[in-house]
Amino acid sequence: MSTPAVLALQDGTIFRGVSVGAEGKTIGEVVFNTAMTGYQEILTDPSYCRQIVTLTYPHIGNTGTNSDDMESSRIHASGLVIRDSSMIASSWRSEQTLSEFLIAGNLVAIAEIDTRKLTRILREKGAMSGCIMTGNINVEMAIEHANKFPGIGGMDLAKFVTTKQPYQWSQGNNFGESSRILSRRIAPYHVVVYDYGIKRTILQMLSDLDCRMTVVPATMSASEVMELAPDGIFLSNGPGDPEPCDYAIAAIEEILESEVPVFGICLGHQLLALAAGGKTEKMKFGHHGANHPVQDLGNGRVLITSQRITASRWMQTHCPPMFR
Amino acid sequence: MPKRTDIDSILIIGAGPIVIGQACEFDYSGAQACKALKEEGYRVILVNSNPATIMTDPETADAVYIEPVDWTALEQVIAKEKPDALLPTMGGQTGLNCALDLVREGVLQKYDVEMIGASREAIDMAEDRELFRKAMGEIGLETAQAEIAHSIEEAIEKQAEVGYPTIIRPSFTLGGTGGGIAYNQEEFRRIVTHGLEMSPTTEILLEESVIGWKEFEMEVVRDKNDNCIIVCSIENLDPMGVHTGDSITVAPAQTLTDKEYQRMRNASIDVLRKIGVETGGSNVQFAINPEDGRLIIVEMNPRVSRSSALASKATGFPIAKIAAKLAVGYTLDELKNEITGGQTPASFEPSIDYVVTKIPRFTFEKFPGAVDRLTTQMKSVGEVMAIGRNFQESLQKALRGLETGVTGLDEMMPAAVDEEEKVRLRQELRLPGPDRLFFVADAMRQGFTIDEIFTLSGIDPWFLVQIADLVREENSIREGGLNELEADRLRLLKRKGFSDARIATLTSRKESEIRKRRIEADIRPVFKRVDTCAAEFATTTAYMYSTYEEECEAMPTDKEKIMILGGGPNRIGQGIEFDYCCVHAALALREAGYETIMVNCNPETVSTDYDTSDRLYFESLTFEDVMEVIEVEKPKGVIVQYGGQTPLKLARELQAAGAPIIGTSPDSIDLAEDRERFQKLVHDLDLKQPPNQVARSTEEAIAMGATVGYPLVVRPSYVLGGRAMEIVHGDDDLAAYMEAAIDVSNDSPVLLDRFLDRAIEVDVDAICDGEQVFIGGIMEHIEQAGVHSGDSGCSIPPFSLGSELQEILIEQVGKLAEGLKVVGLMNTQFAIQNDVVYLLEVNPRASRTVPFVSKATGVPLAKIAARVMVGESLKQQGFVKQRIPPYFSVKEAVFPFLKFPGADPILGPEMKSTGEVMGVGRSFGEAYAKAQLASGVVLPTSGTALISVRNRDKNRAVELANILLERGFAIVATEGTAKFLSEAGVECRCAKKVLEGRPHIVDMIKNREISLIVNTTEGKQAIRESESIRGEAVRTNVTYYTTLDAAIESCKALEHLGNAEVNCLQDLHKEVAV
Repeated sequence: MSTPAVLALQDGTIFRGVSVGAEGKTIGEVVFNTAMTGYQEILTDPSYCRQIVTLTYPHIGNTGTNSDDMESSRIHASGLVIRDSSMIASSWRSEQTLSEFLIAGNLVAIAEIDTRKLTRILREKGAMSGCIMTGNINVEMAIEHANKFPGIGGMDLAKFVTTKQPYQWSQGNNFGESSRILSRRIAPYHVVVYDYGIKRTILQMLSDLDCRMTVVPATMSASEVMELAPDGIFLSNGPGDPEPCDYAIAAIEEILESEVPVFGICLGHQLLALAAGGKTEKMKFGHHGANHPVQDLGNGRVLITSQRITASRWMQTHCPPMFR
Repeated sequence: MPKRTDIDSILIIGAGPIVIGQACEFDYSGAQACKALKEEGYRVILVNSNPATIMTDPETADAVYIEPVDWTALEQVIAKEKPDALLPTMGGQTGLNCALDLVREGVLQKYDVEMIGASREAIDMAEDRELFRKAMGEIGLETAQAEIAHSIEEAIEKQAEVGYPTIIRPSFTLGGTGGGIAYNQEEFRRIVTHGLEMSPTTEILLEESVIGWKEFEMEVVRDKNDNCIIVCSIENLDPMGVHTGDSITVAPAQTLTDKEYQRMRNASIDVLRKIGVETGGSNVQFAINPEDGRLIIVEMNPRVSRSSALASKATGFPIAKIAAKLAVGYTLDELKNEITGGQTPASFEPSIDYVVTKIPRFTFEKFPGAVDRLTTQMKSVGEVMAIGRNFQESLQKALRGLETGVTGLDEMMPAAVDEEEKVRLRQELRLPGPDRLFFVADAMRQGFTIDEIFTLSGIDPWFLVQIADLVREENSIREGGLNELEADRLRLLKRKGFSDARIATLTSRKESEIRKRRIEADIRPVFKRVDTCAAEFATTTAYMYSTYEEECEAMPTDKEKIMILGGGPNRIGQGIEFDYCCVHAALALREAGYETIMVNCNPETVSTDYDTSDRLYFESLTFEDVMEVIEVEKPKGVIVQYGGQTPLKLARELQAAGAPIIGTSPDSIDLAEDRERFQKLVHDLDLKQPPNQVARSTEEAIAMGATVGYPLVVRPSYVLGGRAMEIVHGDDDLAAYMEAAIDVSNDSPVLLDRFLDRAIEVDVDAICDGEQVFIGGIMEHIEQAGVHSGDSGCSIPPFSLGSELQEILIEQVGKLAEGLKVVGLMNTQFAIQNDVVYLLEVNPRASRTVPFVSKATGVPLAKIAARVMVGESLKQQGFVKQRIPPYFSVKEAVFPFLKFPGADPILGPEMKSTGEVMGVGRSFGEAYAKAQLASGVVLPTSGTALISVRNRDKNRAVELANILLERGFAIVATEGTAKFLSEAGVECRCAKKVLEGRPHIVDMIKNREISLIVNTTEGKQAIRESESIRGEAVRTNVTYYTTLDAAIESCKALEHLGNAEVNCLQDLHKEVAV
């Protein structure tokens, strides 16, 4: 009844399970995420480009998927690995089951495997290339495919996922407190957003903070951005290695000369660090989850953050004081 | 900033006795708090009246006071100890209310004691319904529409605005006591009247019904720097309308999208900020309309709770321990998460990669007459928790851990049912009782659709489809039989949590056959770890659960290890006392150099704290689950004698499968339990039993009744807590009993014993090492024989028994220990009638009284016995001579009748109490008075006493009446009693019984004319006729006694009220001569 599937890691480890998404094969860097909710947001987050995501929480798909919870226009992850695919979608907001969503988005996914064992392997050996294959399985071929994946190091993926054309954004968070937000006046602050793979939630939150956004391609030059007369510039999250993004680093260096406030998240933050003379290095396995505490060294406050960081450690000593 | 250095000593208030809604989870949290604060170098002072707790062990706190959790006793402790601070959030609602009393009475101010962990304002805002609603409105959170009322008139007026059904919630009560759901005016008046009585502030909330909405809980921890983390989200499978303590709950929440989860997360943190919980853990409850997602906040508890204990066990994050450290000034980022070996700080939100299911355990069978429908007032007495890699597995593991005889989704109804039965089925789905989940499965078997079941029950379809899938699998197992269970199929079923026993039932095979097939196919569970981080970091903590996956993380060591089997879910007759023993075994054997392994499935307990033992397996106590652990760990010894009846029942099977049971052998345990074998032993040892017989049929029983002689005590063999035990007075009673008894004991025989009238009952706890016997304590009961030993009060040392009689008891215990070849603990019960000693029963295992004896004498019986079981003799340990304290300790039982209106509160041979308290005094009277106060019995000091007693108590009723008159009471008595009293020269008024016309005694009780009731009765007819007296006493909260012994002792104790002293346990123990 169910279609068999296999996940092969580059070191030859094999997991046999069943297919719960599109048929075929996929390759990518295998990572894990420990968040217990938000699978749709994770799948549609451009930062997961070229990555096969393992979700450590065993039941996935419980609430189906809906158009409001998209972080971008489509699925960006390369594959999905889970323990249990929900039998039904139960939510008043659900529009599609997870499986329907995966098939419509052409994402290969495997379920019924020991995801905790996989997580242990990734924890110990670091992120690895892998291949999911469904239907007619050839294990040797799957391992071979896994080994063919070049890895994400040195890869400029921002250019790949960024918007082709600039666009305006003024929509706030449409969930829960919508009435309060709709009654707002026109947002007074203009923020130019460099799209290295932006999540919609960030745009919505900026909008809730009285900002109107112009989202621009990753490759736009500093002078073009300055012509937009921004009150502030935001460098978005995104996938891949920051170092090959020389165009972005150059643009940021130039922007830093100006008085316009700049801030970044994730890849954007790393690019900012590089532009300011810092360094980045890849973590053995990134922090992917929704439970990681981050302490503000300025006031000692701890905030719980959702993280998807693969190359996050930049050397703070190399940074100019304006960073704090 | 690290801990505060401006305080040196901290007072912690415990939760008092185990009652419904407040069970051993508060021993777990309180003990953690004590340990955590001691570790930081503070002097910890603890007050708790419950001797069966780990927190009242002399090692747990620097000064332990087993004293009533009552502000007057607390004031004495404060005056003596002069603590710098009070931590009020560890002792449940009882502890919190007591702390508020101390504030109100000015005690804290007088002695300059700072309240830490919660402020009075915060507690008030969280607990006072109206303040809470206002506060929530101010932060933009919706609450259900509600009105406050302080009188019945006001309630009726305001009810119109809320509409039916109306939820009634009294303020400041625990476990929803006195609350309920009213569907019509009659019910409304009844519940409101009761609710106003129950609320200490005579305040109730009338609330719009949100029955059927989805229900969620968030466990939040906050520190003084406003850092907040969510430890766990919990989803109730039973939607709104059923108290969360009575609901099947699942962690983490399953049916929330990330947006809804984050909204709830933010809301719960906002709630803590608004309420002003500066440090510590809180529980916030929400309801969500499944139609449109409308979110309302239901309530919050600014303290550790049953849910926080569950969340701690579910995630491995020790909320109480962390909360205690936050209360003394630490912040979350400064504290290490121990389960990851310090790789993560406590500010790291736990992430879990498994599903946790909690199922409540009910005991309605103990309270005939009680309404068994689940409402907003909690009625369950215990709970079981199970961990699985998916919901189905975790649910089925929890079901078999309940130990109600089910092995999975057992059928409640026959396969074919008529229309009438289907109507009942719909009713069971709509108005939930204790077995709703099983009826859900039955409805599926009857072809009800998911939609239909959802409409009736409100249970989210996400859960229903998975239950439907299990039912479908069951059908196919049944159809296919054993032969179709190929390896792949069997593995799939095991991954869905099916037990061997359930598969055996479905295929009409023996469990052993399924097990054999499974083992041949090499389908074995692996053990995964609970690590708070979903495997993101490696853990060294061995907190494990079984599942069917690829990789096993058990990594057993090759050390010498002893495994201890716990007691499973709490129930009446088997509760915290046994968990106490298990914990002591673990502690003692760890000290003795063994690696200790605990197996248990009760999330409320100290035994399932991951650092009580070296390794914890959170598993149901079934043969299958326990044996898998044994085979992985290969322990040197397994202790089955400490967890009550639960592990004992497994002993034979485990032994047959090769488990190394240590201590008294399963055969000896069986010898003590098997009536016929035991009789022979008693005969050989030349001891005396009450005349008795064993009957296997009604006819046989009737014939034997005449030879043994009425009255008879009748009971099925192999039961604990006097389940289904009764005193019968004639053939008719006996015949009726036999008809009812058959399903209780499944064809095992019924025991008939002559009931020894007016006999003194005595318990003796002892340890035997195979050579010598050490007498732990001799307990003289206050109630005469006939009241279950767990329900009667008792005293150490005995208050009336002479030393010669005591010597006889000791000698008999010695003989029995030898005859039964006891190695470890044993408990013996005697009845003494006219100075003749009769042996009632012997239990060669841990008994309910072990913690009480240990607290009373300072001798840690369970620890000593555990060391005996691994081969260390009593002599080596230095315990030879009995240690008799120079003070009195009295144990008193605590009952749940308040929660079961309709059930008769009369005491008898069947155990009904949920908990116990201890009172210590220089005289028996002082100790008894304190025990009464601690048990919540308010002894009236004046007014009118009603006396209505059975014939054989009439002589003693004169004694009672004279004591009462002496203390200024007026006396009212029913006709027979009044006549007798008058003839004896006692001044009294005569009142009518209920059947004699009005105004009768129940009218008098209702009109508050009576302040004390003494009612003894016997015989089915008389018991029925007088039930309304006792029932009304419970409802109107009038102090009542159903035995003359207790009544007389209580009245004698009146003089000690108000001038009793408080005693530090450590000081008392120093007085005990070695």
